[in-house]
Amino acid sequence: MSGLRYVYAVCRPFGAALQAQLTGVAGDPPRLLAHGDLVAVVSRVPEADFGEEALRAHLEDLDWLAGTARAHQQVIDALTAVTTPLPLRLATVFRDDSGVRTMMERREDAFRRTLDRLEGRVEWGVKVFVEAEPERPAAAEPAPRPVTGRDYLRRRREQSRAGEDLWTRAEGFATGLHSTLSSLADDARLHAPQNPRLSGAAGRNVLNAAYLVRRDASEEFVERVDRTKDDAPGIRVELTGPWAAYSFAGDAAGEEEAGAGS
Amino acid sequence: MTVVERREIALVDLLDRLLAGGVVIKGDVTLRIADVDLVRIDLNALISSVNSNVPSPFGD
Repeated sequence: MSGLRYVYAVCRPFGAALQAQLTGVAGDPPRLLAHGDLVAVVSRVPEADFGEEALRAHLEDLDWLAGTARAHQQVIDALTAVTTPLPLRLATVFRDDSGVRTMMERREDAFRRTLDRLEGRVEWGVKVFVEAEPERPAAAEPAPRPVTGRDYLRRRREQSRAGEDLWTRAEGFATGLHSTLSSLADDARLHAPQNPRLSGAAGRNVLNAAYLVRRDASEEFVERVDRTKDDAPGIRVELTGPWAAYSFAGDAAGEEEAGAGS
Repeated sequence: MTVVERREIALVDLLDRLLAGGVVIKGDVTLRIADVDLVRIDLNALISSVNSNVPSPFGD
């Protein structure tokens, strides 16, 4: 068995079979590596692409990164259909099976704790965008030139006031929505707002949040998001999910919780 | 559960989770992604998205 081991997730053992046609990040179908009462979901990857130097270079190639991320996500998605996986960070690669076992041995208590916390839960992503940009008149239809300096200043003032109003409203809306949704969720995380140049999304991202929600509470959660969508003109709400609990798998959170004596 | 029908996942949403979420393993791995300069990944992503067809956002 040559090649390195790419680990997608750690789970409790589950009865169902994974989809037969499922392929991993380098085409090798994922398999289960059992250790004690946990299983790691693993596939083989070539050293030429996943060794340290090659991986470092690949991760800066957006096409490679995108393909790998989507393949990783497919495996996690398939797992989410049959169990509650604890996803690992993208591109977690070990030398061999024994490296994977050693890692599981070392972290089994933390894995069990986290899996218990996530059990039966999924992640929903909610983003809020401010859509309008009142300060930028349509390029095709330039505003008539101000006749006087006073006109010009008045127009600038009105534009910036409209912008500030929308901004204030958006902030209030996002804060209210976040608090409502947090009350329906077991946990919440704020991601950095997305760069519109990166996301290609229209408008400015003012909230980029993730919520950990019980599966049986998800319908209500989604309905709540849907209902708020039309509440605020100029503001757009986007829902993604259900995701595996990527944003709630983190060590930092676990350690903080442990440190807080929970 | 009943899954809300979804469009293809946007790469940026995926990367929010795969590069910032998930368990980070220290130790015997070939490379920790936390060691990778994500700012440079962002920059590359930015360049390629600007190149593709989007007009330059730097006009103003």
